[in-house]
Order: sequence, then structure tokens, then C-alpha cells
Amino acid sequence: MELWLLLMLLPPVAGAVLNGVFGRRFSQGVVSWVGCGAAGLSALFALLSAWTYSDAAGEPVPFIHSYFTWIESGGLRADYAVYYDRLTLVMTVTVTVVSFLIHLYSRGYMEHEGGYYRFFSYLNLFLFMMLTLVTAANYPLMFVGWEGVGLCSYLLIGFYFRKKSAADAGKKAFVVTRIGDAGFTVGVALLFWTCGSLDFREVFGRIGALHSGELEGTLTAVGILLFMGAVGKSAQLPLYVWLPDAMEGPTPVSALIHAATMVTAGVYMVARSSVLYAHAPRALEVVGIVGCLTAFFAATIALAQNDLKRLLAYSTISQLGYMFVACGVGVFAAGIFHLMTHACFKSLLFLAAGSVMHAMRGELDMRKMGGLRTKLKITHATFLVATLAISGVPMFSGFFSKDEILAGAYEGPLGRPWLYWLATLTAGLTAFYMFRAVAMTFWGNSRIDPERERHVHESGSKMTIPLIVLAFFSVVAGYVSWPKAWGGSEGFDHYLAPVFGPSEEALRFAAAHHAEGIGRGALMGWAVLAALIGILIVVWLYRKSPEIPEKLAERFARIYRVLINKYYVDEFYNWLVVQPIRAGSEKLLWQRMDARAIDGLMVNGTGQATARVGNLLRRIQSGNLRSYAAWILLGAVLWLGYVLWPQ
Amino acid sequence: MVPLAHYLVLSAILFVLGAAGFIFRRNIITVFMCIELMLNAVNLAFMAFSRFLGNLDGQLFVFFVIVVAAAEAAVGLAIIIMVYRNRESLNIEDLDSMKL
Repeated sequence: MELWLLLMLLPPVAGAVLNGVFGRRFSQGVVSWVGCGAAGLSALFALLSAWTYSDAAGEPVPFIHSYFTWIESGGLRADYAVYYDRLTLVMTVTVTVVSFLIHLYSRGYMEHEGGYYRFFSYLNLFLFMMLTLVTAANYPLMFVGWEGVGLCSYLLIGFYFRKKSAADAGKKAFVVTRIGDAGFTVGVALLFWTCGSLDFREVFGRIGALHSGELEGTLTAVGILLFMGAVGKSAQLPLYVWLPDAMEGPTPVSALIHAATMVTAGVYMVARSSVLYAHAPRALEVVGIVGCLTAFFAATIALAQNDLKRLLAYSTISQLGYMFVACGVGVFAAGIFHLMTHACFKSLLFLAAGSVMHAMRGELDMRKMGGLRTKLKITHATFLVATLAISGVPMFSGFFSKDEILAGAYEGPLGRPWLYWLATLTAGLTAFYMFRAVAMTFWGNSRIDPERERHVHESGSKMTIPLIVLAFFSVVAGYVSWPKAWGGSEGFDHYLAPVFGPSEEALRFAAAHHAEGIGRGALMGWAVLAALIGILIVVWLYRKSPEIPEKLAERFARIYRVLINKYYVDEFYNWLVVQPIRAGSEKLLWQRMDARAIDGLMVNGTGQATARVGNLLRRIQSGNLRSYAAWILLGAVLWLGYVLWPQ
Repeated sequence: MVPLAHYLVLSAILFVLGAAGFIFRRNIITVFMCIELMLNAVNLAFMAFSRFLGNLDGQLFVFFVIVVAAAEAAVGLAIIIMVYRNRESLNIEDLDSMKL
């Protein structure tokens, strides 16, 4: 078992090094073989590990194996060790398979871009880091993966580094997530101080053995601090601002990192630490509330977006919010379920958007599109499938996962009705803005610039085959968990029960209230209804009466302006943080400290002082014999005085 | 017996005179004579202490001082002669080629 896991982890890092060091001399073919091969091998061994683990008899216990001792200092011992349980299984399979498909897609997409080998090198490195993150058996190793994916994100967002906006976006992503990471680090330190270890088995064992309410204050603090890291990494309120800008990177990057994998790291971390959060319900409430507010907030911004990729970015932020809602109310399995389905349909959405971009020679403004459904048949079909999935239309994967989350929001251990209603409203908004995107891009009459229209063509099979595969998964991925309302047993929840069971139990025990009153069927129904209304409105506005959106924009001009300017959050942060730091750095640190104090006073000043003293002392060397004589005498007298002074 | 203090005061006066002359006199040879005066003043002090402490160490040290003074006078006078041959002057103020 440990061999399969090692073989899963090795190819990506080997591929990254190979392509990174020698890639420039390789042909594009070799580079893509190395890169895709690494991803493919990784996926293969991930599946093999999954098979081996599932095959084992008896109770599913976590498989833990330490490869070598990494840190051993004081009381801290962190090994390079893997912790493999059903949660890890789900994550590794999802990450590697989706990653492999995106690697294949990139072969086509990046064909005419420069830096082909660099791209695949970074992509492989990212895969390795992400796998390290999800298989880590202790917090320090997880943090290595955490930072590693942040690094790769920076490298890949700023892939077109000669373009200033891309370089800035990479910087922004790294700096903003750093803020979250600061909280995360403090949380880990606090956890170590409390539990004396950072190994998952030891920490969770110790916490699990606590009585209800014991150490709650400290654990709540840890929970919130760790969540800060998740807020940054998974782009929640208020640290989400880097994700829309991250769309500067190549589209496969947006698909892989900012839809399917890296941004889900925060969700994974919270889920993995479920034992901890189970003993700190108030921290969990914070998680849920932040998630719900983020989901709603991001959805409202998406309503007015005209840039296809940015719209998808805000959609990702919103869907991540849903996952945190799930964790926050205590139905961790539902959150992971949504993580899995979201990985399928969101990456599909991005890849399809990339296909559109490809056809439109880089144009992303949906107002300049339209009618693409005839020319981009496969892209349109797969995009539509993904849209149906994300909107929560029944029988598509998103429906099943969203339903479980919404049910948990209402009747889960920490569920509250208002969370459910807001989330359902958001679902309606989601359906609306997604179908609006479809309508503006693919349906209706073409608003495309005639020059571009001539080059519009469907993408090659290198790009369309991954689209079709992902579309297939976007439909069937939900079938693993049939809703209770339809007589099913919600298999996914069951499947992850060995992982989350004790935590969910503890939460149910601690929960004071219990919302009854609406059955599962009704809960499901409202969500579907919201989605349908969203879709119908789109059809009405954009198909039947296309002038209405403009009139609405005029009527509600102020609201529209706020939305399209993303609530002016970036401008606010700029005023609050960026400008003060800039001004402080320039006026204070640069001019006063560096130029004046250090350069002027210390460096030049020392020189000048030495020169001046030298000038003074030089006067003794007058060349005048008499003064020499006088100085000698004076010296003798002083010395004599010192020696004879009564002490 | 002449009290010790008298000897010491005499020694001190001689020393100060020698020092003053060493600084203020213009003729190099006069300066040299003042140096000798200072050395001898010190010799006097050493002898006085030796007599009054009943210890011969002081007189022994006087020997050393005298020897050193003699050697130094020999060398110094040789230098003065060379300087005179080059500068044609025995005025200390004329030896200023080290001035900036």
C-alpha cells in the first residue's frame, strides 16, 4: 500500500523536475508525454491505492505510514508520513483524475503559447504539492503542500509574466493568501502548545478523548485561526479578492487550481480537522456563516459580470461557500461530496470557456459573443451539461450534492433555517447567472465582430475529449449518493461515516436545538424551484425579450453599478491597505530610514565623521618641532598625574 | 642633615627649568642642554631617595641614566652637526620641512 502511494506521489515531482530542467531541449511532444504521463501514472496509482485500501478486510481504519523522519526537535516530531482513509481516497482520486484530464486538454490549449515546457513543469509540481497536502499525516507536512500549491498558483497565474496585469495578479494571490496563512500558522502553533503534537492520529486521538466542553475555548481559537488559512486559500469573505484576478493565468490553470483543486484545500483542511471542530462548535458556526454569506455575496456579483472567466471565478467562490456551509453545519460528507461534483463540472466549465476563448481568439467579453452554439457544438453541449449540473437541476451531479448540503443547512447538527433559505436563494441566483452566461455566449444571434467570426471553429479532439469525459462525470458523479427523499440511503454520507461519524455525533450531542417542520422532500423542492425560476427568467430575458436586461440595468442603475464594480471591494482594500503600505514604504521606510538614516547618517556619516576627526588630529602633525616638544611634555605630565593620582 | 624635601624641591625646580627651556629656547644646542638638565634633575632625586632610604638601588639607577644620557648626547650632537651642514642654521624654527 505504501508503495502505491509513493508511486502516486513520485511521477509528478519527477515530471516537474524533468520538464523544468531539460524541457527547453525537448520537443513539445516529449514535454507533453512527460507531463501527461506523470499525471496519468499518478492517477493510475491513486486508483490502485484506492482499490488496495478498499479491498482490505474489516473496519476501515486509516492507513498511516511514515517514510522518513523529517522534523524531530524538542517535543515536535513530524515525519514525511501519509494518512490514508476514505476521505483521502476521495480527494486523491478526484485530484489525480481531473488533473490528468486537464493535462491532456493543455496539450491542445497551450500548443501555440510560449513556455510549453515551463507550463507542464509547473502543472506537475502543483499536482505533487496538492497530493502532499491531501495525504499528509500531520499539520506541518500539510502546510508544506499548502504553501507549495500557493507557490505553483503564483507561478501559473503569472505564467504570462511579461504582461503586467498577470504578474500583478500572481503577486496579489500570493500576498492575500499569505494573510490567511499567518492565521493558519498561529493556529497550528496553538494546537501544538495545547496537544503537544501535530500528528493527526495523536491530535485527533487526544481531542477525541476529551469530554464535551473541555478545552473548548482553546480549540475554538485554533479552529478559527485554521479557518483563516482556509478563508485565504479557498477565497472566502474577505480574502476572496485574488481569485477573480487569477483568471489572468491560462485557462487550464483556472480549471485545475482555481476550480477543482487548490481552492478546495481549505475545505479539505476543515473536513480533515472535523474532530477538532466537533469540540469547538462555535468555530464551526463561524465557518458556516462565512461560507453562506460568501456564497450569496459572490453570486450577486456574478449576476452582472460580462467577462466569462470572471463570472466563473465568482461562481467558484460561491460554490466553495456552499462547501463551507456543509462543514459548518456538521455534514462534512456533503461538503466533500460537493467538492467532488464541483471539481467535475467547474473544471469542465473552465475548459469549455477555454475552448470558447480559443475559438474567439482570446475574447472573453460575453457581450461580444452569441450564437456560438452552431459553430461550437461539442463545447456548447458540454458547457450546457455543466451548467445544468451547477444549477442543481435534478439528475445532474450538482443536484445531489447541493441537496445534501441544503438539507444539512436546515436540519444538520448546527443547521439553522436562515442558512438554508439564503443558500436556496443563492442556488436560484446560481442558476440564473449560469444560464445567462450560456444564453449570452451560445444562444441567440451573433454579436461577434465579423473579423473574428471567420476564425471561429470547434477545438480539436485534444481539447474536446477531456470536455466530453468531464461532462460524463458531471452527470453520473452524483449517482453514488441517492437522496433520502427518494428512498435512497445517501451512500456518500455512509461511505465517509468512518471518517466523520464521531465528529458528527459529538456535534449532534452538543447541539441545543433541532429544527423540525419541513420534510426532506420540501427542502429539495424549494431548491429545485429556485433553480427553475432562475432558468425561466433567463429564457424570458435573454431569448424572448432581449431589451429588458438593458432597461433593468437603467432602472436599477445604482445597484447595477455596484454589482458590476464588485461592490468596490478592491478599491476599498486598495484604500485601506495597499495605499497606506505604499505610502509608508515610500515616505517612511525608503526616504527617511533607508536614504536618510542608513545611507546618510550611518554610512556617509561615519565616513564624514572619520574625516573630520582625522582633520582635527592632523593638526598635531604640524612639522613644528617646538609643538612636538610641547605635546611630549604634556603627555608625560598627564600620564604622571594619572599614575600618581591618590586612589 | 639637609632634609629630603630640600633635595626634592631642588630637583623639581631644575626639572621644570629644563622643561621650560626645552620648549621655549630656539637654539638646538640649548635645547639639548635643557634635556641634560632634566635628566640630571632626576638623577638628583634618585640619589636623594637612595641616601634617605638607605638603599643602593637608586644610585644604581643613576648609573643607567648617566649612560643613556651620554649615548643620547653623542647621537644627538652628531645629528645636529649634519643638520647644520644642510641648513646653515641652529634655529629650531628653521627645521620645518615636515610642515604641510
